[in-house]
Amino acid sequence: MAALMPAPAASRLLLSGNEAVARAVWEGGVKVAAAYPGTPATEMMEVVSTYPDIYAEWSVNEKVSLEVAIGAAYAGSRAFCCMKHVGMNVASDALMTLTLTGVIGGLVIAIADDVGLSSSQNEQDSRYWGRFAHVPVMEPADSQEAYEMTLAAFDLSEKFQVPVILRMTTRINHVKSLVTVGERTTHVGAGFKKEPGRFVMVPGNAGKRIPLMFAREEKLREAAEISPLNFIEQGSDKRVGFIASGPAYMHVKESFPGAPVLKLGYSFPVPFEKCRELAAMVEQVVVVEEVEPLVETELKAQGIKVLGKEILPRQGELSPNVLRPAIAKLLGETMPELQSTAALEVFPRPPTMCVACPHLGVYYTLSQVRNISIAGDIGCYTLGAGHPWNALDTCVSMGASMGVALGMDKGRGESDKDKRILAVIGDSTFLHMGMQGLLDIVYNKGNVTVLLLDNRAVGMTGGQDNPGNGRDIYGDDTPRVNFAALVEALGVKKERIHVVDPYQLPVLFRTIREEVKVPEVSVIITDQPCVLVKDYHKLKPFEVIDDKCTGCGNCVDVGCPAIHVTRRGKEVKPSGKEVDLAFVRIESSVCTGCGLCVQPCAPKAIVHHVPVSPIKLVKSCGV
Amino acid sequence: MSENTNILVVGIGGQGVMTATEILAEAAIALGHDAKKTEVAGMAQRGGVVSSHLRFGKKVLTPQITPGTADVLLGFESAETMRWQHMLKKGGITLMNSSKLVPPVVELGLFDYPEDPIGEIKKGGSKVVAFDATSIAQELGDIRLGNTVMLGAIADHLPFGAEVLLSCVLKRFERKGEKLVELNRRAFEAGRAAVGAAEAASV
Repeated sequence: MAALMPAPAASRLLLSGNEAVARAVWEGGVKVAAAYPGTPATEMMEVVSTYPDIYAEWSVNEKVSLEVAIGAAYAGSRAFCCMKHVGMNVASDALMTLTLTGVIGGLVIAIADDVGLSSSQNEQDSRYWGRFAHVPVMEPADSQEAYEMTLAAFDLSEKFQVPVILRMTTRINHVKSLVTVGERTTHVGAGFKKEPGRFVMVPGNAGKRIPLMFAREEKLREAAEISPLNFIEQGSDKRVGFIASGPAYMHVKESFPGAPVLKLGYSFPVPFEKCRELAAMVEQVVVVEEVEPLVETELKAQGIKVLGKEILPRQGELSPNVLRPAIAKLLGETMPELQSTAALEVFPRPPTMCVACPHLGVYYTLSQVRNISIAGDIGCYTLGAGHPWNALDTCVSMGASMGVALGMDKGRGESDKDKRILAVIGDSTFLHMGMQGLLDIVYNKGNVTVLLLDNRAVGMTGGQDNPGNGRDIYGDDTPRVNFAALVEALGVKKERIHVVDPYQLPVLFRTIREEVKVPEVSVIITDQPCVLVKDYHKLKPFEVIDDKCTGCGNCVDVGCPAIHVTRRGKEVKPSGKEVDLAFVRIESSVCTGCGLCVQPCAPKAIVHHVPVSPIKLVKSCGV
Repeated sequence: MSENTNILVVGIGGQGVMTATEILAEAAIALGHDAKKTEVAGMAQRGGVVSSHLRFGKKVLTPQITPGTADVLLGFESAETMRWQHMLKKGGITLMNSSKLVPPVVELGLFDYPEDPIGEIKKGGSKVVAFDATSIAQELGDIRLGNTVMLGAIADHLPFGAEVLLSCVLKRFERKGEKLVELNRRAFEAGRAAVGAAEAASV
């Protein structure tokens, strides 16, 4: 994306938490910003890349992104790095030593926790990293705070020479609310000064830094005690006082407008004295924090009497409809009857693959191959676990398909002694953390057939660029990875590497069937782009000749959302077996002519669509 | 909290639900309201369920609408409008596109699409106005105008005049040329008229 003219200072803008952080990153004079995409964090770096005078990058994974930020901060420049919660697991190795060296230029790490799992494989509380690495944590409650705290985090980072974690949640990242923005300040880095005792973390040096880290933590706690980000709001109803952080603060204010509240914005190290101050004001204290009872546990260890997860859930959001009944119960009140009626029963509508998605061909084919176990990975292709394919058996973490497949191969039980083991991984996930796993399969002589689905995009997060498509975050050309050469360099035999067009079902089927029989590692690379990126080109749409459709349902098994069942029926085969029939039509207005459904259609009922009358197309009118 | 207006916009990924809600938010802000907009979208780009919450008023705290407190439910698809009925307050109103988008799980025969979503919704006792926004958009020449038709549909059920909302809609198309501005103006008015006609018919 090209740099845009940023909105002038004092503008009041409707911004998501992600957009607000990006604005503050620019205003704060950050020089280097790096990230790997991940919902709900992705837009932070996308928006940072639209600002002028700042270097932004998509890194290959979160650990590398943090290391890039560390280098810039060592050089004295301000640096920013952001990721989703599971990304911090990957980056944590760097963080745990970064805390010993500290930083010169300010370094802020924004971590987006997917509380409620709208798009993640687990739910984690990233505030743990503050405790684990002894670094401060800030928790905004809306976009304005996300903006202000990002700026405050840079100041704190430089004052204490410590990286600062900005802990966000989906309900901050993706909520749009009003933000009053300010001026950009420039920040000139001092340049890197050699200081081996601090920047070369060998045992002798690192050991000396540990006491300094603990001393810093006490100073940080003192700063939290007097920080304006932690404040008490008086209230008339002293039966319960609340200690709340992040979006939970808003829910507390909404639910209990008369209650005293200690709002923790700079929430770690916990300002114990402030908490004691609130506790002295009220009959009992409830800590409202998403997800884990971190503040609660620490307050209890301090001898401060509080309640928390005894009465509140440890999973999901603490919205008013969770808080109100819990507190009513605590106070022995009868909860006013809920106004809401029971939800009406409606079928589930799980996310699907797109019309003409190149993965459709892969999963249709895999669903036709017998006696296989498929280790899957994180991306759009995780949807292959769903209907109609049911062709993905595991999903753990980024890149895990490789190791899990090898483990399945080496750890075969009696019942799967003849099973063929496959691994399915996307291009970006492979580059993120899959390459090492493949090397491990090669090195340890595993018998795994790897399907590397190269769709030239980080699909699930919105089609971001990556080293696999030869474009950087600005859309500029950059060297493109040659996957066939890469896997060969990792040791896969040349004759075991196949590049296949996933829209050619017979070739794909034959290749998979042959390779699973070979008792060594093979890599089948599919090479068609994601339909949502600019590399994709639409073809002439198809339609179904109604008279010719026999209702066999083969095309339905492809799983393309453009295919609709018009009527159902039953047929008794000569063998006496009754089979279900599903007659179909193709929604030609959305079909892009990939031809996948044409191939399994026995009666050749699917033909190119001929418009009855010329349709007047209005270009680029999408809202 | 009760002085805030709660509008729930629902549909499926790709229909423009989130954009429509954002335009509604812009209109509320233009009139000096505080506003917060939030979604439960998940992997929404892939044809999943999307529900977008807008709350506006003097001061908005919690961004999401508590079940049973939505003033208006704007539904872009029939079954989805049914799915979120419990969010509506007593006396709230449902404005819905009567057209249906059948998901693969129904095509595969694993689940049934409800036979009469409008009837099911009416059983709950809330006021329902149904119209075929998809056909209206198609008649205007592009299915993508459906989003603007839906915004026109809600225009007379807001605590402010339709003109503010219309100007926020049209602002989005200013840079794309007069022709698109005009088409969207017509789509907006068509949505408004469709709701007006459906309401008149039900009286």
